[in-house]
Amino acid sequence: MHEIFKKRSLAPGYTFFVIKSPRIAKKIEPGQFVIVRVHEKGERIPMTISDFDREKGTLNMVVSQVGKTSRLLASLEPGERILNMLGPLGIPSDIESFGNVVTICRQGTAGALYSIIKALKKAGNRVTCIMGAKSRDYLVLENEIGAVVDELIIATDDGSRGVKGYAVSALREYLKKNQVDYILTIGSSKMMKTVGKIGKKYGIKTKASLGAIMLDGTGMCGACRVTVKGNTRFACMDGPEFDADEVNFNELIRRQSFFKEEERLAMELFEEGI
Amino acid sequence: MNRERRIPRKELPPEERVKNFDEVAIGYMKEEAIEEAKRCLQCREPRCMKGCPVGINIPKFIRAVKEEDFVRAIKIIKENNFLPSVTGRVCPQENQCEGSCLLGKKFEPVAIGALERFVADWARDNNIIEKPEVKVSNGKKVAIVGSGPSGLTCGAYLANLGYSVKIFETLHKAGGVLAYGIPSFRLPDSVVEAEVEYVKSLGVEIEIDVLIGRIFDLKELFQNGYGAIFLGTGAGLPRFPDVPGENLNGIYSANEFLFRVNLMKAHLFPEYDTPIKIGRKVVVIGAGNVTMDSARVARRLGRDVTVVYRRTEVEMPARKEEVEHGKQEGLEFRFLVSPVAFYGDEQGNVKIMRCIKMKLGEPDASGRRRPEPVEGSEFDMNVDTVIIAIGQSPNRLIPMSTRDLQITRRGTIVVDEHEKTSIEGVFAGGDATTGQATVIAAMGSGKRAAESIHRYLSSK
Repeated sequence: MHEIFKKRSLAPGYTFFVIKSPRIAKKIEPGQFVIVRVHEKGERIPMTISDFDREKGTLNMVVSQVGKTSRLLASLEPGERILNMLGPLGIPSDIESFGNVVTICRQGTAGALYSIIKALKKAGNRVTCIMGAKSRDYLVLENEIGAVVDELIIATDDGSRGVKGYAVSALREYLKKNQVDYILTIGSSKMMKTVGKIGKKYGIKTKASLGAIMLDGTGMCGACRVTVKGNTRFACMDGPEFDADEVNFNELIRRQSFFKEEERLAMELFEEGI
Repeated sequence: MNRERRIPRKELPPEERVKNFDEVAIGYMKEEAIEEAKRCLQCREPRCMKGCPVGINIPKFIRAVKEEDFVRAIKIIKENNFLPSVTGRVCPQENQCEGSCLLGKKFEPVAIGALERFVADWARDNNIIEKPEVKVSNGKKVAIVGSGPSGLTCGAYLANLGYSVKIFETLHKAGGVLAYGIPSFRLPDSVVEAEVEYVKSLGVEIEIDVLIGRIFDLKELFQNGYGAIFLGTGAGLPRFPDVPGENLNGIYSANEFLFRVNLMKAHLFPEYDTPIKIGRKVVVIGAGNVTMDSARVARRLGRDVTVVYRRTEVEMPARKEEVEHGKQEGLEFRFLVSPVAFYGDEQGNVKIMRCIKMKLGEPDASGRRRPEPVEGSEFDMNVDTVIIAIGQSPNRLIPMSTRDLQITRRGTIVVDEHEKTSIEGVFAGGDATTGQATVIAAMGSGKRAAESIHRYLSSK
């Protein structure tokens, strides 16, 4: 189980996997995630699933190589297995007929959006995707998402593709000219916080899919707790999607960086081959 | 032979043990065990057995120890207890067998727990794997959800009766709370692993990384040919005090803290990938065994640790032995104090715990005097790390994904005296039905459920 079936590089630091995992593929819904562990002394980290094929029993995953564990994960080759994988976790994404939908992501988080976008399309929505990246070299799943959405807007920091600037600026521009019924954002907490504010300003229902620190992923540890509308919620069991303007993003950003020094140390030792 | 006093059990000296995770209590040597066994009065109507939730024939096994027939002793124990190396270590014997021991009326009770542990460890060390006679396979399948004490016990019993048993475990390692919750200085990993292997050797299959309620719901398990299901899903949801600032960095649930260290070996970071961050001044809130476990783990990570409890030492639900061990290891205690808010620095790291003093009022439903805040008594404590150990609620995934499964307001699964739930063919036990309780109570209900499942499937 959990055997790497196909692998390709999407962009510097981004790896795409097709994983044979029939049981999870049979049950997972767009927006749900898994927890993986890649070696016997390894940590458990949450990973989003970009798509699934129930018939073939496969899961697609975009790995952003941000730390030691994701680097190790990305180093797996076809035929090798992911040691442990638990899922599907979390509540599936809201798939309704909203009308005009805007999804917004940056680089690797496009992976987490892909199956949700497909489901939103299938539910009869008009879907726009605003995709941000450092430059055109860092665009992830551009063609795949481009093929399913009604409109793809690309914003690069250096202007090497699409408009120059951040995705949130592109969103502001878009909202000036278009009537939108629903916004879904998956990205850094900082970006999602801004998207939440913009959504609120326009009175548009806006959801954010949060990336919190998790251990078990089933509600046992509380590491992923987040304050939503003043109440403590668990991103693993009550989320990962929440109304963006109700999330205390400042707290989430601080919680996400709690182990920053340890993560850096693990990465340094890993790079030195220790 | 000394009837009055038991053979003392040796322990690692406190100054040594706070530096490592080695087991604190050292087991009896053979000679010590035999001497202690001689103290048993061999009562005709043994009260000790009535105090045992799984009904071990205690005088009989102690007699075998006395006669130096340890093979017979382990056989007798294993008739009723599949995890004696575990229970010999973590059972609250003082409230159970030893608490009921007749000798204990006048003198010190027989050290039944230490004897049970001796026999179990002796068998393991000598590779004596006593298996009860397994009945011929009856071709019937039973699914068990959760590989903690109740699930392992239920599975072992059913396998012995000839059932084909599969245990589904969510985490990457079997054992449930024995693996992620109880620290190795109380229950070494090797002991848990050996007991799990033993249960597997009886023919029980354990599959890890399977989330029942998501991969299969209960209906699908029945469709897959399981005739009955046992839910031993435990009480793993941490409770928080619901006070301002509780999500600041450096505030852990006891579950997270223990999970990181016990299961993920975070104290060995960076050799192991899971980190743990712990400041100089650690406060642990609560008064149960999990509180003591958390505090003693923190102490082993070299920190100043204070246990903060809203009642007094008398009301502490933790085992006396654990509290004593904790004191020897240098834990501080602040009684009649409760947190009302947490404040952090600019990075969001907890720095101050605002507390209020409490006084004890009239007894509440639990029979313990209810703590009441003393108005205007707020004061601040400097803290770097806070561990919240005020209890856990049952896991909610199965109830969430199973219509018709009746649960109480506290989230526990409703069962009758035979551990039957509101759904035909579905049984439950352990902390999932009682709320947070003991390993042995969970094992007792796992055994009852096995008997009940046997009756149910035999009549079908």
